[in-house]
Amino acid sequence: MENLLNIFVKSIFIDNMIFAYFLGMCSYLAVSKTVKTSVGLGVAVIFVLGITVPVDYLINNYLLRKGALSWLGADFATLDLSFLSFIMFIAVIASMVQLVEMVIEKFSPTLYASLGIFLPLIAVNCAILGGSLFMQERDYGSIAEATSFGLGSGLGWFLAIVAIAAIREKIKYSNVPKPLRGLGITFIITGLMGIAFMSFMGIKL
Amino acid sequence: MSTVKTEREPMFSAKTKKLLIGPLSKDNPITVQVLGICSALAVTVKLEPAVVMSISVIAVTAIANLLISLLRNTIPPRIRIIVQLVVIAALVILVDQILKAYVYDVSKQLSVFVGLIITNCIIMGRLEAFAMANKPWPAFVDGIGNGLGYGIILIIVAFFRELLGSGTIWGFHVMPKAFYELGYVNNGLMILPPMALIVVGIIIWVQRSKNPELQEEN
Repeated sequence: MENLLNIFVKSIFIDNMIFAYFLGMCSYLAVSKTVKTSVGLGVAVIFVLGITVPVDYLINNYLLRKGALSWLGADFATLDLSFLSFIMFIAVIASMVQLVEMVIEKFSPTLYASLGIFLPLIAVNCAILGGSLFMQERDYGSIAEATSFGLGSGLGWFLAIVAIAAIREKIKYSNVPKPLRGLGITFIITGLMGIAFMSFMGIKL
Repeated sequence: MSTVKTEREPMFSAKTKKLLIGPLSKDNPITVQVLGICSALAVTVKLEPAVVMSISVIAVTAIANLLISLLRNTIPPRIRIIVQLVVIAALVILVDQILKAYVYDVSKQLSVFVGLIITNCIIMGRLEAFAMANKPWPAFVDGIGNGLGYGIILIIVAFFRELLGSGTIWGFHVMPKAFYELGYVNNGLMILPPMALIVVGIIIWVQRSKNPELQEEN
């Protein structure tokens, strides 16, 4: 349990998807103009990450990694299909995103309309595929660990996008140098926020 | 989007040249189109991985653009995203295996970011915006151009981060010893991730003060 909490907190603050790995920057920069839409997208990302990471964990452990197929019999025990992982992961993600899209369309048409093109684009959001690939690389021990990593990363991404959206709403009223307006200042603020988030480094529960 | 052209264009007409040069400055995928930042910044601590990453992205963008452009009339519009993803993923698997075979150290440093070329928005963006509506040759050139535009930013960022952060370029020490004796120290902050964002912010600043038409309202 302690371990799970540790992974969860670590993936929110220290290994934050945005500030430590720059994953999902495209939608982070494009959708962070208002807090409302960014909350919607953030929730969608938490949801998709929370589902895809454990599903990809199962796929990785029971189909792809070296020796994963040994449940089929001794003949398959030496197979290593891990080179297929990119294509398998992206397929899982694309179908999960389709599912989320259908659920949101059914239960919250306003949110669906406001997310617009960015919902299908979650499929190519690097944070989602990055979550699965980090899960594979760090070799989490159980599905519970993988799930808490997925949810934690999603929450970290959510915090980051909501924070930057709030700052951007305020910054409209300040006098930013002309060439820095829009994209430039957003990059620099993100960098400063990243430095702030680095103060969490080394925390262990 | 698609225009029907009857006369044959020469291989390197002014238009194709523009496809190649445009992304390097005024139409840069990172600083102007805001695509592909995701995997761009994490690999820029040192010059070598940045160069390897740029070459991989150039190859994948160009070949994916070419393939999708060849297939563009046979792909049903409803499933085009899946088709594009499959083509990109297959190419990235090839790149990953090649990197693992020939430059294993760099491949270890790049870690998950090779896989993340799949979700690099530049590639999807160019496939959607260009390859689906254009002939194979311009699409191929467009892919190379955008890959180069991506690479050039990566290399600029990596150059400054490696120089200021560890005093080396491509692993060789270039900061003179005398500097260190005078009390110069490597700026450890440059190695940490947030500085990549700030360096890109500064690049955008410089570029936009040179090209006022790129400036935004807010």
